[in-house]
Amino acid sequence: MDVLGKYSYWVAIIVMMIGFYVVIDRGNLLKKLVGLNIFQTAVFMLYISSGKVAGGTAPILYDGDAPFSNPLPHVLILTAIVVGVATLALGLALVVRIKEAYGTVEEDEIQAIENREEDAA
Amino acid sequence: MISANMAALQVAVPLIGAPLCTLIGRGTRAWLFATLVTWFAFAMSIGLLVEVMQNGAFSYYMGNWPAPWGIEYRVDHLSAFVLLFITGIASVVMLFAYNSVENEIAADKHRLFYTAYLLTLAGLLGMAITGDAFNAFVFMEISSLSGYVLISLGRDRRALFASYQYLVLGTIGATFFVIGIGLLYMATGTLNLADLATRLPRLGENFVVFAGFVFLMVGLSLKVALFPLHLWLPNAYTYAPSMVSALLAASATKVGVYLFLRFLFDVFGIRFIIDTWPLAEIFMALAIIAAVMGSLVAITQINVKRLLAYSSIAQIGYIVLGISFVNLTGLTGAVVHLFNHALMKGVMFLAIGSVLMRVGGTRFVHIRGLGKRMPMTMAAFVIAGLSMIGVPGTVGFVSKWYLVLAAIERGLWPVAIIVMATSLMAVVYVWRVVEAAYFAEPEANHEIAEAPWPMVTATWILAIACILFGLTTDLTIGVAQSAAVMLLGGGQ
Amino acid sequence: MVGFAPFLPLIGAVMIWLAGPRPNVREGVTLVTAFALLAAVASVTPAVMAGDRPEAVLWELMPGLAIAFEVEPLGMLFALIAALLWIPNSIYSIGYMRAHHEKNQTRFYTCFAVALSGAVGVAFAGNMFTLFLFYEILTISTFPLVTHAGTENAKRSGRVYLGILLGTSIGFQLLAIIITYALTGTLDFEEGGILAGQVQPVVIAVLFALYIFGIGKAAIMPFHRWLPAAMVAPTPVSALLHAVAVVKAGVFTVLKVVIYIFGLDLMQGAHPGMWVPWLATFTLIVASLIALTKDNLKARLAYSTVSQLAYIVLGASIATSGAIVGGGMHMLTHAFGKITLFMCAGAIIITAHKEKISDMRGIGRAMPITMFAFLIGALSVIGLPPFGGAWSKWYLALGMMEAGQLVFLAALMISTLLNIGYLMPVVFRAFFPGDGANAFDGGVKEAPLACLAPIAFTAFVCLVLFMFPDPAYQLLLQLVP
Repeated sequence: MDVLGKYSYWVAIIVMMIGFYVVIDRGNLLKKLVGLNIFQTAVFMLYISSGKVAGGTAPILYDGDAPFSNPLPHVLILTAIVVGVATLALGLALVVRIKEAYGTVEEDEIQAIENREEDAA
Repeated sequence: MISANMAALQVAVPLIGAPLCTLIGRGTRAWLFATLVTWFAFAMSIGLLVEVMQNGAFSYYMGNWPAPWGIEYRVDHLSAFVLLFITGIASVVMLFAYNSVENEIAADKHRLFYTAYLLTLAGLLGMAITGDAFNAFVFMEISSLSGYVLISLGRDRRALFASYQYLVLGTIGATFFVIGIGLLYMATGTLNLADLATRLPRLGENFVVFAGFVFLMVGLSLKVALFPLHLWLPNAYTYAPSMVSALLAASATKVGVYLFLRFLFDVFGIRFIIDTWPLAEIFMALAIIAAVMGSLVAITQINVKRLLAYSSIAQIGYIVLGISFVNLTGLTGAVVHLFNHALMKGVMFLAIGSVLMRVGGTRFVHIRGLGKRMPMTMAAFVIAGLSMIGVPGTVGFVSKWYLVLAAIERGLWPVAIIVMATSLMAVVYVWRVVEAAYFAEPEANHEIAEAPWPMVTATWILAIACILFGLTTDLTIGVAQSAAVMLLGGGQ
Repeated sequence: MVGFAPFLPLIGAVMIWLAGPRPNVREGVTLVTAFALLAAVASVTPAVMAGDRPEAVLWELMPGLAIAFEVEPLGMLFALIAALLWIPNSIYSIGYMRAHHEKNQTRFYTCFAVALSGAVGVAFAGNMFTLFLFYEILTISTFPLVTHAGTENAKRSGRVYLGILLGTSIGFQLLAIIITYALTGTLDFEEGGILAGQVQPVVIAVLFALYIFGIGKAAIMPFHRWLPAAMVAPTPVSALLHAVAVVKAGVFTVLKVVIYIFGLDLMQGAHPGMWVPWLATFTLIVASLIALTKDNLKARLAYSTVSQLAYIVLGASIATSGAIVGGGMHMLTHAFGKITLFMCAGAIIITAHKEKISDMRGIGRAMPITMFAFLIGALSVIGLPPFGGAWSKWYLALGMMEAGQLVFLAALMISTLLNIGYLMPVVFRAFFPGDGANAFDGGVKEAPLACLAPIAFTAFVCLVLFMFPDPAYQLLLQLVP
């Protein structure tokens, strides 16, 4: 199997796992969002690299007859980037509100506060 | 004009309505606008269903670009049915929303709240109607992002954290979904669902397709909250504003199941399900665990809203169970249970929303003795509860009938018995509520009035629908059966 | 009229609920509804006696699954019993509830009417689905009656009640119904049964077990606990519902299932459920023994009911013509006997405030009419002439002989002796207190007329049933070839 030849996918997968690990491992809500973003970015890389045609140029109209890369994945990822930005913005807004409401952005501290409330009620 | 473009208007009107709603003003005007948009969408979905039932499935091409290149909107029995019940329940929930939102959300946020609501609605409808895989992802994110906003507006601060957790998990789910689509695109070069369905079988055993399939299923299972990917659901439903809990419980997970069905049966096809893996068995096992665990955990809850949330997890288990039988009866049961569960959970969340408004809490201590104080609300809750148990004459019975029949047809006796056993667990958790409401004395002695009439009316419209569709099943079973026939025939 | 009769009490229930604030109107409505129901049920009777099977299909739920009514002799008999006894019971309720100053009386009368609707619906059901629907209405509507007192004890008993009845019906009976549907494609009650020749004996055996245990209202051990638990209810509830309507709905369903789902030929031929008569026998002996140990009069009567119901299940599972007729007859005669006993027990509670048998020494002097009626009821339940119960035991015994099942015949006889053992001492102690001080010198008098008249009526009917058993007999004879 041609392992090195598909290095772009390997990079995407490694970045993806790094992001995923951060989401799972970090207790800080901000860092989780960073991980989430890395995770999403890896997917962008996966898509874009799939559109590349070997030796292809940018898909722009010009005279001559050269192979060009598939533009559709790029377009799709443009949409996905917008979605990613919106997600990040919303996530950050939530973190700000959580900080206001709980006074902390550490997951375990929030959980402790909630447990205390649950016991008190 | 309208009839030709009904499919587009179905999604476009709520989508365009959302920003307009922000501009149009505060308070009542925003509510009125959002309600009118919802009702319009409801009318469209009725039109679409009638069209489908008369002339069969049809497609609408966005901007007149033909199918594999442009975005196709595909309306068949299944999608029309899903559209109908989402808009129908949203229409009723909007009636409920006026007083409920006024009570739970700060006045200056109303128009933004309704904007987010319209976006959610547009996203859900888009997911149900689109025939394009990437478009489905975009609509999924539209509905999810606005859904996170709606949940975070709950008046308890825990709503914020619940929303955050849902955001993280939901985004992972959606990203898995988009990875799956990407892999399928790499393998086939198309994003159109119908086109995918014709190209996939030609590829034969293809590792990329398998990987794509797994990513898709995991992503969707997270959206659907199938065990063991259900962890976001209890907190989200518990702390969201009442109207949002009702809407999401009735529609969001249901649309997830719809995409699940689409990909499983339409795109990959029944042969893929049967031949490749013990897929049906895996889903059956997960569904059974979901049904049993969800019901058991529901029994132990002290907050009624959380109880309902766990009950939803169990009910999702039923739906997936019906799918996993991979026969006509089972699929009919699953599709019809999408609708039936939306109805009964809708009633229960609306009723408990009325309680939250009048009493100020949703724990068991809060509903003590409410049978006398809020007779209409609690009576509706009891009807939905009986339906949840599966008492004949209610919608719950119809679904359960099909599920058990399907299990017996497949010769899976133990599964039939497990379904019955989970019904008994439903008896326990429903009865805990009934007993607290009717046979316990209220804690404090202050007066509690019945909920305002729009809330009672909304609750009762759904409660009556619970009985009506439990007695006359022509429409629901008819459509569900057509949908099931289509799903089973599609891949062969 | 067939399609309408089961819903008549529902209309009554709504009116009772509306008339709630005015007790006199409310109870007037109850009585009017009771008479109207009797008239409606009675109007169907001549046709059924003549061999007709009036039917009405209300609407179809799913293909092959309709809410439909069809009156056949057994259902006719059950509906007549329930409708006829509702009248004296309503009068008795009025006297009892007022004398006892019970709360929530509107809920009581409303639920009572709904329960009657359930009973008549079960009786007239034309298929197993309709029967199940009304069976569940009966269960749910009687729950508020059981927990009427609202005490912790009442709530605990209510949970047992609902848990067992709903649990068995959904867990076993509904499953059995769905299997039946999956096997045959229909749930209609048909002469000769719908399962005959369709399925393997093993499946029949499993199915029969699911039905027998699924019909929790028949109180076959080990699912009998709900019946004694239901005794926390006010006495009129115990009298009509837990001696007549609810439990009879249970055994009625067993009989229906045996006759119209399995078919008598199947039952006699293959003996797929030959363990059921043994279970019934076990139940009737053990329940009688437990009854002997109970000092609480209502509890003793409850266990007596468990035992008497087992007679009918025994008859049904033996399934010879005599046994079926005997079972049907026992539904009738036991209903009148047991309701008399319960109403007497209630009369004692409201006047003397005594629930324990050991406290009732000499009460016969203070309440001679009540205790005399109790004696009649007891003799009828035991099965001694000249009271109705003699006939049902006679035909049951005949049925056992037909089948050559002498063991069961012997069990029947032993149990009759046990009946004497747990019922007669109550009467003896009441009239012959012995040396112990008589606690009922003054103060305690007979119950109000509203209680006494129904007691006298039902006791009298016990006698009439002995003299004129023929109409009921002719009706039941249509059931067997």
